[in-house]
Amino acid sequence: MPMSELTQPEAPSSAGAEDTPVRGAEPPESAALAPAAATDAPVARPRRTTVLLGAGLAVVGLALLVVGLLAPLVTVAKLALVLVGLLLAGAGGSRLGRAVAGPGFDLTYWLAMAWLVLLVGVALLAPVLPFAEHEDVASTLLEEPFTRPDLTSEHPLGTNGFGLDLLARSVYGARSSLLIALSAVVIGTVIGGAIGLLAGYFQKSVDRVVGVLTNSLLAVPPLILLIALATVLEPKLRNIAFSLALLTIPSMVRLARATTMAYANREFVVAARALGATRGRIMLRELLPNVLLPIVSLAIVMISILIVAEASLSFLGLGIQPPAPTWGNMIAEGEGDVFQEHPQIVLVPGAFLFLTVFAFNLVGEKARARWDSRSVKL
Amino acid sequence: MTAPLLEVDDLHTTFRTPRGAMRAVDGVSLSLAAGETLGIVGESGSGKSVLGRTIMGLITNGPATQVTGSVRLAGVDVHGVKQARRRELWGTTVAMVFQDPMTSLNPVKRVGLHLTESLRLHRGLSKGAARERAVELLRQVGIPEPARRAGQYPHELSGGMRQRVVIAMALACDPQLLIADEPTTALDVTVQKQILDLLQSLAERLDMATILVSHDLGTVAGRTDRVAVMYAGRVAESAATDAVFGTPRHPYSQALIESIPSIESRPHSLLATIEGSPPNMLAPPAGCRFAARCRYAVDRCRVEAPALEPRGAAAGSVVACHFPLTAPLQHQRQEVGA
Amino acid sequence: MTRKLALRVGELVLVLLIVSLGVFSLMALLPGDPAVAILGAGQPPEAYTELRQQLGLDEPTFSRYLDWLASAVQGDLGRSVVPPQSEVVDRIVSALPVSLQIAVMGLVMAMVIAVPVAMWSAYHEGGKVDRLIGAGTFALLSVPSFLAGLLLIMLVVNGTGWFPRSEWVRLGEGDLLGNLHHAFLPALTVALAELAMFARVLRGDLITTLREDFILAARAKGMPPLRVLFSDALRPSSFSLVTLMGLSLGRLIGSTVIVEYLFSLPGMGSLVVNAANQGDFPMVQGAVLVIAVLYVLINAGIDLSYGYLDPRTRRAHV
Repeated sequence: MPMSELTQPEAPSSAGAEDTPVRGAEPPESAALAPAAATDAPVARPRRTTVLLGAGLAVVGLALLVVGLLAPLVTVAKLALVLVGLLLAGAGGSRLGRAVAGPGFDLTYWLAMAWLVLLVGVALLAPVLPFAEHEDVASTLLEEPFTRPDLTSEHPLGTNGFGLDLLARSVYGARSSLLIALSAVVIGTVIGGAIGLLAGYFQKSVDRVVGVLTNSLLAVPPLILLIALATVLEPKLRNIAFSLALLTIPSMVRLARATTMAYANREFVVAARALGATRGRIMLRELLPNVLLPIVSLAIVMISILIVAEASLSFLGLGIQPPAPTWGNMIAEGEGDVFQEHPQIVLVPGAFLFLTVFAFNLVGEKARARWDSRSVKL
Repeated sequence: MTAPLLEVDDLHTTFRTPRGAMRAVDGVSLSLAAGETLGIVGESGSGKSVLGRTIMGLITNGPATQVTGSVRLAGVDVHGVKQARRRELWGTTVAMVFQDPMTSLNPVKRVGLHLTESLRLHRGLSKGAARERAVELLRQVGIPEPARRAGQYPHELSGGMRQRVVIAMALACDPQLLIADEPTTALDVTVQKQILDLLQSLAERLDMATILVSHDLGTVAGRTDRVAVMYAGRVAESAATDAVFGTPRHPYSQALIESIPSIESRPHSLLATIEGSPPNMLAPPAGCRFAARCRYAVDRCRVEAPALEPRGAAAGSVVACHFPLTAPLQHQRQEVGA
Repeated sequence: MTRKLALRVGELVLVLLIVSLGVFSLMALLPGDPAVAILGAGQPPEAYTELRQQLGLDEPTFSRYLDWLASAVQGDLGRSVVPPQSEVVDRIVSALPVSLQIAVMGLVMAMVIAVPVAMWSAYHEGGKVDRLIGAGTFALLSVPSFLAGLLLIMLVVNGTGWFPRSEWVRLGEGDLLGNLHHAFLPALTVALAELAMFARVLRGDLITTLREDFILAARAKGMPPLRVLFSDALRPSSFSLVTLMGLSLGRLIGSTVIVEYLFSLPGMGSLVVNAANQGDFPMVQGAVLVIAVLYVLINAGIDLSYGYLDPRTRRAHV
């Protein structure tokens, strides 16, 4: 069941670990609020200090990070440097962002957005970027298998057992993961949204039939449904996207239906009906715009659920088949004893998967908080 | 004279909000003898509920709150002792009746349990004894069929009945001081008087000091010995109840009294209202806080905050106004806008 | 009230019928001849004929469905088409307890961890620990269970060697400790997936509850804070936890499947995944049907339990 239906509005969009050290030192905002009493000087000075301090911290943090990643040190020292660097950079960046963009600035959110943009960009451009071989095993016969990640080398994130480049594989994995998840979400949202809108508008028997069908689809746990479909369908991109779309439909139907019903008797709809608008016009012009935002925000959260589902399927050997890379089947390569000796086999695609899911979750949560009207309960 | 039961000295309660410090209670001093009744009256947002909770120690110093000044209750410095010591006072020395009986009873607990748990905690009663005492308490607050009611859930009781349960809950361990925080605001008008009468008679019978917090001067009239009128976190005037009603000395008290609907006012006459709204407590104005709405205000009022002083009236009567009123209030209403 | 109940039961039966029809017609999605798809090309023709007969492929579809359903109701789900061609029902009966144990243990562990974490977090709302927990649980939400399982194995099994990687000791073979020892890590992996969501939702709910007047009233009676938290705040908040359990049941089953596969446990998950990988249709059909029926029934049970938990709905619902 999608977690999207469960998130609480109260839960702050969180992930604010890097906020912690920053607190206390914020500019006295009360001064800015006090009418007339506040002159420019006392407000501006702490702000300039904050900017400088934030920038300084961020620079030092990033420097430590780079040193930690590149310097030839013991793993423990590297890890410590990277961690401290990340913390400092986070604290500094957060401080800087708030000083420049106001107290509502959420560094994690912007980092998540940046990651998604970067990932989508690199995934789109992958064929023209100078990546090492990601799929053709024959061409890497002479490459060394299981090279360790070394940012300065030809294989910055290492290679797998066939000498295929892990960075390239992760990027190509992103291509299929994102393509599958996005097309599944689009299909599911369009179909589910339309069905929900119809059910919510016509109610009565249409609603009842749709309700029973939705419940039937929900009666099989999502992953089991996927496995069952994978048994009979060929593991191709299109088929997997279709199966995943099937998963999203019930929640979409429910949300669209509930939202439509909440609006169907509002004054503006009644007014449109009284003016002689046709059903189609009412649904498209009056109801759809109101149903759209909640649906879209659910769709964003859904993306991360589908990415996980696709990865799980691949991990179980039921998705895209190797050597074509997906994050799931890359992680599956680490099963058994391989990843004891070569943790990068699991950690590299794992990190890509985690960061992407995290980013979509964060963006989705924000979107829901902003767009999903609370009056609509599922 | 023995030491008073309650002594509040220069109490400040400040909430740290994202938009700045909010001084909900801003320098309040008062004292209360055993068995005495005090009314605290003010508009919503004047800090009276926060005052009640700070006196009790329910609001205390914490990450988001700052409390300065002192509260001595039955010889205990409420804000100077440990949380555990403070908890010992709650229920036994001081108890509180809350505004909304719909929300101040736990919906998933039976009525009886609300009473027995504190009896067992503070009095160490056995299950059976606590239950007997609980039924007795319910009878005392005028609940018919108390034994049956004790086994019911709060949602099965009417609003008035629930408020009686809340009162019984507060009385369970014989407190010396009862703080009733707008005990009738959420109730039907017909039930309000019953509850107030009940509180009054219980206070007299049990010789219990009472603080009756209300936004309605009419509620405290005739039921309390003294009244403190609060405005924007401060006491505007404090005096014997009769004195405040007879000769209000603060313009705000006067305005409050005038806005009580009276039986003598002519039909369809407009009710007197107080123009404007209370000041923003994040940035209270300098000078007298009522100045912006005061019909008598002069320049001095806007710059210099008046101290709470006797200013020449009867003993025990203080007012925070540079120009206290002196004439008894004519209980007659001008006709507004006729 | 009885009418309402009858309607609910009616819908339940209808849903189960549709699900069984869906599960049965899965085979129709197979491209080409199912017998060829199952056995692969290049077998002697008799093999295909035999399999077709065994699967009843020569009869009309709907009567095949009715036959299949009738025998399914009587506890006969056919035979596996993969050697040793054992009875599907027998395999399920032996696999189901393993999965149930992992799922239940995971759920309990998730609760045991999530409830105190949520309480601490809600009680110290806005504090450093609360924000750290918020960030941690949010991050945990983004870790798929197979990744979490692999990392756990990496850290715990390989790091310390305290727990076994993949054997299983059956419950009821006398060695309870051995069983728990083997079940611990898989269950913990399942729990990790659930507990973040539990903790977050419960925290949000507790914060709302803690702002209620009745909490203040309980404190004002002098009740110790822990007691207020447990006896006054937790129970009104537990409705949403039950709702949540219902909603996360699907994910729970999913992560159980993955964890079993990952730890090579002989449960339903391994059964269905291996069957899927081998194209063993009768096995997949049987397992999916059983899981779906259980899932629907448990959800219905959870629905009914609201009435018990909240006295306010005890009359209205049921």
